[in-house]
Amino acid sequence: MALERSDVEKVAHLARLQIEENDIPEYTRNLTSILDLVNQMQEVDTGDIEPLAHPLDATQRLRHDEVTESNQREHFQQNAPATEAGLFLVPKVIE
Amino acid sequence: MHNKTIAELAQGLADGEFSSVELTQHFLQRIDELDSQYNSFITVTHEQALAEAKAADEIRAAGNAGKLTGIPMAHKDIFCTNGVLTTCGSKMLSNFTAPYDATVISNFKKAGMVSLGKTNMDEFAMGSSNETSYYGPSKNPWDLNAVPGGSSGGSAAAVAARLAPAATGTDTGGSIRQPAAFCGITGLKPTYGRVSRWGMIAYASSLDQGGPMARTAEDCALLLNEMAGFDPKDSTSLKKAVPDYTADLSKPLNGLRIGLPKEYFGEGLSAEMGETIMAAVKEFEKLGATVQEISLPNTMLAIPAYYVIAPAEASSNLSRYDGVRFGHRCEEPVNLEDLYKRSRGEGFGKEVQRRILVGTYALSEGYYDAYYRKAQRIRRLIQQDFLNAFNEVDLIMGPTAPTPAFDLGSNTEDPVQMYMEDVYTLAVNLAGLPGISVPAGLINNRPVGLQILAGHFQEAQLLNAAHQFQSATSWHQLAPGAGQ
Repeated sequence: MALERSDVEKVAHLARLQIEENDIPEYTRNLTSILDLVNQMQEVDTGDIEPLAHPLDATQRLRHDEVTESNQREHFQQNAPATEAGLFLVPKVIE
Repeated sequence: MHNKTIAELAQGLADGEFSSVELTQHFLQRIDELDSQYNSFITVTHEQALAEAKAADEIRAAGNAGKLTGIPMAHKDIFCTNGVLTTCGSKMLSNFTAPYDATVISNFKKAGMVSLGKTNMDEFAMGSSNETSYYGPSKNPWDLNAVPGGSSGGSAAAVAARLAPAATGTDTGGSIRQPAAFCGITGLKPTYGRVSRWGMIAYASSLDQGGPMARTAEDCALLLNEMAGFDPKDSTSLKKAVPDYTADLSKPLNGLRIGLPKEYFGEGLSAEMGETIMAAVKEFEKLGATVQEISLPNTMLAIPAYYVIAPAEASSNLSRYDGVRFGHRCEEPVNLEDLYKRSRGEGFGKEVQRRILVGTYALSEGYYDAYYRKAQRIRRLIQQDFLNAFNEVDLIMGPTAPTPAFDLGSNTEDPVQMYMEDVYTLAVNLAGLPGISVPAGLINNRPVGLQILAGHFQEAQLLNAAHQFQSATSWHQLAPGAGQ
């Protein structure tokens, strides 16, 4: 199954990933060959086989509703590219 | 000192032959002198290591030392280490100082172990050669033209070159076992859920598992004793008691049933590799084991299933890198979408971008059932193959990788060709089983790894078999020329 350039551009947009113009042909080829590889799965009839999500079929554990974390805002925001008054700064969203 | 195993170093510390400070200084000096050839470390924490070593010596002087107190080791740069740069081999995190310790790191700290620094790796653990690292490839100490394997390539190279007695690794599709094989060391991937993933930067959450990399099975057992255990902070961690993994090491192998999957010895395996592995299997027969052929009929489906599940989970996990809260941010974004797109486009390398694209495609509207669901159904078939086999045999053996370490640059053109390298290791992650790679020979002076697999939570049995093999052979004692 050959992908088109526009398929790659669409997926890149969905992933919010800017890809270089020059890289698009290579990615289109790569993704086509990866999808050819994974499409080998379609030859197998998996009819009523239950999908496996956790190798030991464990389910999500519940815990008591207790406060376990303390506020470490300043500590965590040391890694932030831009903050002000304890808030993360982003470009203006609403005009 | 650098040729001693952890078990021997622990004895030396206990006997007062040397102090932890002396030991740590020795390894730091080796890293400073030799690592420019191997590029196995991204960060070396000289001051912190010496402070930890001094503290360990004080604990020992006070009579409170544990078995591993004062032993230095290295950590794959995928584990968050409080106050230390944690890059995951990516430009995206090249400015990220972790604000907390991963559970694995705090477990080793509690044991009194000393951290020498953080090792090189494929970017976000996506690669089989260490060539996708933003910090440049690590080199194989056996041959500087060869890759060390990946993604835990820096850890494997550092241990092989005797720059650290041991290191942590993580294994999503073979990332502990394949580099261990390529660098001639011992590497264990535990059962999924055995070792906490908290603070271990996520690639594919249903497959990722941390484990020890060292020179011997005995050392891996000592390390797993500290690493393993239930962690309430990891929702997929399993509540199961941790045995003493060293307890069964000396058990004789009489009556042990070994299965050789015919699919692992067929097409794609060179005659030389097949002979080397069969010679290792013969050693187990000499030790009292019986060998029979088995079949894992869905082996080849592991590659397509893995290359849906891993990228799909990666595309979801890596959506957290948005240029807002931490990590790389582009210059002068014009709006929020531009901020996301350029920060991610600049911060991620090509292989990571490829896998995000594949994963996003597989999860996009209309494709979920055909790709992700389908892969999860195949995943159960693959697991069933193993469970059926373990009704007949105790352990499964085969090569860890189809070839010894390949040359740098030889596999980077076609990603699919590189993916095929992982044929023997991927299925193990899909099934959540434990596996170990042990040195089993040399081909053209490049190491060969024997992979041994066991049922869920049978790490002790794996380590027992590997230790008995190492007691009868000397492949694990060989050091690369440059390390002697």
